[in-house]
Amino acid sequence: MTTNPFAQLLEDADPATAAGWTDHPPRVGFFTDTSVCIGCKACEVACKEWNHVPEDGLRFTGMSYDNTIGLGADTWRHVAFIEQEKRIGRQVTGAATSDGDRGDDDDGHAVRWLMSSDVCKHCTHAACLDVCPTGALFRTEFGTVVVQEDICNGCGYCIPACPYGVIDQRRGDGRAWKCTLCYDRLGVGAEPACAKACPTNSIQFGVLDELRERADRRLAQLHDAGIGDARLYGRDPEDGVGGDGAFFLLLDEPEVYGLPPDPVVTTRDLPQMWRRTASAAVLLAGLVGASFLRRTR
Amino acid sequence: MGTSFGRGGATSFQQDWQNSDCILIEGSNLAECHPVGFQWIMEAKARGATLIHVDPRYTRTSALADIHVPLRVGSDIAFLGGIINYVVEHEAYFEDYVRLFTNGPSLVSEDFKDTEDLGGIFSGLDEEQRSYDPLTWQYEGEEVGAASGQREQLYEERNEEEGGEKSSGHRPSVASSGRGESHGSGGAAAHPNAVRDETMQHPRCVFQIVKRHFARYTPEMVEQVCGVPRDLFVKVCQTLVDNSGRERTSAIAYAVGWTQHSVGVQYIRTAAILQLLLGNIGRPGGGIMAMRGHASIQGSTDIPTLYNLLPGYIPMPHAHQDDDLEAFLKGVSTDKGYWSDMKGYLVSLLKAWWGPAATEENDFCFDYLPKLTGSHSTYETVMAQLDGKCKGYFVVGENPAVGSANAKMQRLGMANLDWLVVRDFGLIESATWWKDGPEIESGELRTQDIATEVFFFPAAAHTEKNGSFTNTQRMLQWHHAAVEPAGDARSELWFYYHLGRVIREKLSGSTDEMDAPLLDLQWDYPTEGTVAEPSADAVLAEINGWDADGRPLASYEQLNADGSTVCGCWIYCGVFTDGTNQAARRKPAREQSSVAPEWGWAWPANRRIIYNRASADENGKPWSQRKAYVWWDEEQSKWVGHDVPDFDPSKSPWHRPPAGSRGAEALSGEDAFVMQADGKAWLYAPAGLTDGPLPTHYEPQDSPFENLLYDQQRNPVRQVFARRHNRYHPNPGTRGSEAFPYPITTYRLTEHHTAGGMSRWQPYLSELQPEMFCEVSPELAEERELVHRGWATIITARGVIEARVMVTERMAPLLVQGRLVHQIGLPYHWGTNGYSKGDSANELTAISLDPNSHIQEVKALSGDIRPGRRPRGSAANDLVEDYIRRAGITSDTGMEVRGDH
Repeated sequence: MTTNPFAQLLEDADPATAAGWTDHPPRVGFFTDTSVCIGCKACEVACKEWNHVPEDGLRFTGMSYDNTIGLGADTWRHVAFIEQEKRIGRQVTGAATSDGDRGDDDDGHAVRWLMSSDVCKHCTHAACLDVCPTGALFRTEFGTVVVQEDICNGCGYCIPACPYGVIDQRRGDGRAWKCTLCYDRLGVGAEPACAKACPTNSIQFGVLDELRERADRRLAQLHDAGIGDARLYGRDPEDGVGGDGAFFLLLDEPEVYGLPPDPVVTTRDLPQMWRRTASAAVLLAGLVGASFLRRTR
Repeated sequence: MGTSFGRGGATSFQQDWQNSDCILIEGSNLAECHPVGFQWIMEAKARGATLIHVDPRYTRTSALADIHVPLRVGSDIAFLGGIINYVVEHEAYFEDYVRLFTNGPSLVSEDFKDTEDLGGIFSGLDEEQRSYDPLTWQYEGEEVGAASGQREQLYEERNEEEGGEKSSGHRPSVASSGRGESHGSGGAAAHPNAVRDETMQHPRCVFQIVKRHFARYTPEMVEQVCGVPRDLFVKVCQTLVDNSGRERTSAIAYAVGWTQHSVGVQYIRTAAILQLLLGNIGRPGGGIMAMRGHASIQGSTDIPTLYNLLPGYIPMPHAHQDDDLEAFLKGVSTDKGYWSDMKGYLVSLLKAWWGPAATEENDFCFDYLPKLTGSHSTYETVMAQLDGKCKGYFVVGENPAVGSANAKMQRLGMANLDWLVVRDFGLIESATWWKDGPEIESGELRTQDIATEVFFFPAAAHTEKNGSFTNTQRMLQWHHAAVEPAGDARSELWFYYHLGRVIREKLSGSTDEMDAPLLDLQWDYPTEGTVAEPSADAVLAEINGWDADGRPLASYEQLNADGSTVCGCWIYCGVFTDGTNQAARRKPAREQSSVAPEWGWAWPANRRIIYNRASADENGKPWSQRKAYVWWDEEQSKWVGHDVPDFDPSKSPWHRPPAGSRGAEALSGEDAFVMQADGKAWLYAPAGLTDGPLPTHYEPQDSPFENLLYDQQRNPVRQVFARRHNRYHPNPGTRGSEAFPYPITTYRLTEHHTAGGMSRWQPYLSELQPEMFCEVSPELAEERELVHRGWATIITARGVIEARVMVTERMAPLLVQGRLVHQIGLPYHWGTNGYSKGDSANELTAISLDPNSHIQEVKALSGDIRPGRRPRGSAANDLVEDYIRRAGITSDTGMEVRGDH
């Protein structure tokens, strides 16, 4: 596999530095540890309250306790609920099965309920930002990605660019909206509303490097506790988006939570494409020039 | 818990869970209903504690548990009784603790007969009166305490109902009007110096009685009654045993999943017995946490909104019996423990209310107190409304048309009033039933025929007023107004203060004796701001009290019986020490110990774990260094430790009171349960409960199962009301019972608040849980052709509702008595008004009550479910009538006292 020249360019650079910030604070982000999420949705409500995100419809979806469905222009935090006929680690639950039996093993009825609060990943290489023609999307001094609502013209380029399907156009408004990682709170030294509201510290806010260390320790702890399926998602700076500013500890495959297994920044190939276009153009120009040369001769 | 330990509050605090080695959550969905407190459960888990969740459903709490035990609704006493039996059988109890601190060695009167002797009932049952005479339950000794056994035989005609229907409210006894609950702080009276057998071998000692009583609660029986497989049950028992003792402690947390049963108080008693046997009370990481359902529910019993209590759990006097102060005090004080100083508490309260008008000569205005003539609980008030005896009603911060059992009767009661006052944020169902309630839709009521005059007052939110919340761990926390309330919205304090002021103005100059209690009231709080809000600080200062020189008091031990001290609530005395609002303290956790004594203020005396003398052994040494909390310091000659000792700080562990001592003086250095009449925690309650000294498994009022443990089907003294709209289901196994085959339970979701007044109007919350739904297992869905996301109709003899269907593996079918049983789960938040609307689960529930607390049984009932939406209009009632006819239900159904099955 060829190295991504775009990633190469920024490999050693902090995204805020790369964006031209000098003397900026360390990069911050979220570590969402879904193994301690209790699905209270306080993050969803706190986010909406603080950011004045509108209510977006009363729908009984039947998707367990998830009536929000997914992230969008009017949902910047979303708690997924996944019911599975599986055991969590060494959890014991007991009930009869329909034939009155307790099943083959001693532990009876296997059921688990995964909960996970999703959010914008604030990618190291953010495609939404790359494609924004107006500069409404920008990289903040904290290394996060924010849309400026007074500059966004609603062109919508950013929406297909996001490899996670996070950023979205608001109906009747036209502009693009997503999590700002509470940029207005960071500026005054406060943590984002969702992290502040989270009662079990499932959503942890902090300096990204420290969060990554903490996540590694937590993962090892869960593996020791017999929860072998536990994994980190978006933690790796080598992944397709250069690592996420908001990364997760999951208890199952990412697809189970509605997350892409191997996201890639959609603008990854742009430099190469442009280079090829440029060489094609040069070649074309050369050929055209050559044909003229021949003529004049 | 008041009867078992001496005070009716949680014995510990939520932050202390981090010290637990094992936490059993049962009758509570802690993660969903107390998500903020749940962080301390998570902290305990992170430190290696085992979390057990026992619940009919696999909830958000279960998702985080190490062990989840699904059980049949209404079978918790059988389950906990099984654990007690296991602990006793395996001699896994903490023997030294039990001998030292409980009444295990105390001998019980020869006249006592247990359920073992009488086929499921205790001695003293008066079937005619539907009540127990607890005289035979007493300790062996000379004479019984005076608080129990009192009976009001007058006013027999008072509650006779029209139409000749029977009711357990018929011939009310004042004893049943809540003396059982009057032990929020201070246990029931009993003989202080019972005969004891320290070997606990005497056949009539409490320990042996407990052992015999629970002997039939075997793992096999638990499996049959609860539907809990034997191996899983034994695993729970062994986990608790392994995590209790000198070195380790286990905690129990419960909520209304235990209280809301016709035998609810005894659920909690079972847990108390278990925790005492395991030695887990008064110790770090132990205790029983009562998880309250609202922000200040603990506060609303401390300074009560209950009809039968005065502030600080002083019982309300009874008419014709408590003629004067002395007679009253004689009846309710004890000889030993802090409850013997009740006169000081009561006189200081009367001085707070009537000030200079209260003098020694006039019994400190004792006559001004209203006197009880019977039980006036919320449900009996509804009956009185229906009977035309109760004419006016204040509904404040409550939505009975949705949130109370048998919502239809609540509405019909309100339709029979002269006036109704509703104070809430918005137009809740209890304010608009007269124009758009279900009875208007069905044609049962017509707006133009309803004579009730309805007054609606918008209420201020807590962010718009100063005041305190007393939370689930007895801790007062002050909140400051951020803004003044908008428009006409006002605080409760404003409403009642100005209501009183206007009434007093209207009465001024009256010489009518009846008006004297109002005119003599001290009603002079300073007001502030543009809306003339009374000063909440001034109210708190009065609750705390002051001495003859007007100096704030620091402790209830300073209260005098001679009228020289003023105190609005003796257990809150100290909250305004030094004239400073102690409830407003917010010292960050990092600047103080993990007990955090300088965050808010907890009653009594800022103790965070009560009965903490029990954290040390007979010599005052911690049971183990790992669980050290409060201990006797030989050098300083006093009790010291991490918390305020819940004990006389200078009383040595070896102190023995001289003969003839009274009150706190009579407590020995080993009497850790200082509010109890004998200084001991009660495995067996010789007094204080209306339905028996020991918990006994009875089936819920409406149950599809027979009581396997006894011939007695239900709690014989439960309160039941045979009313036209409150029909009960047939006994299991009898004709018609098959009409209601499924157990049902009701509950809350994180996204909504109780009857919805604070959440269904909020778009941000409504979108998270937009519709009423029912939770069913895939097996039940198949059996009844219910379609996920489709509609279901649920029916009982009281009503019919519809709900969206949520088919989920989390509703596990259980094998009970050889039959696979499917349970139905119903959240109860919805009603016809608001942004998110739906049918209310309480259309289905019956009024059948716990005889001690008068709390409704809404956590276990039975019913039927079928696919599709419910009929509309009068057809809905026709469907219910059809079920009643098919099941052969009459006014006698389910009314039996000795209800055999």
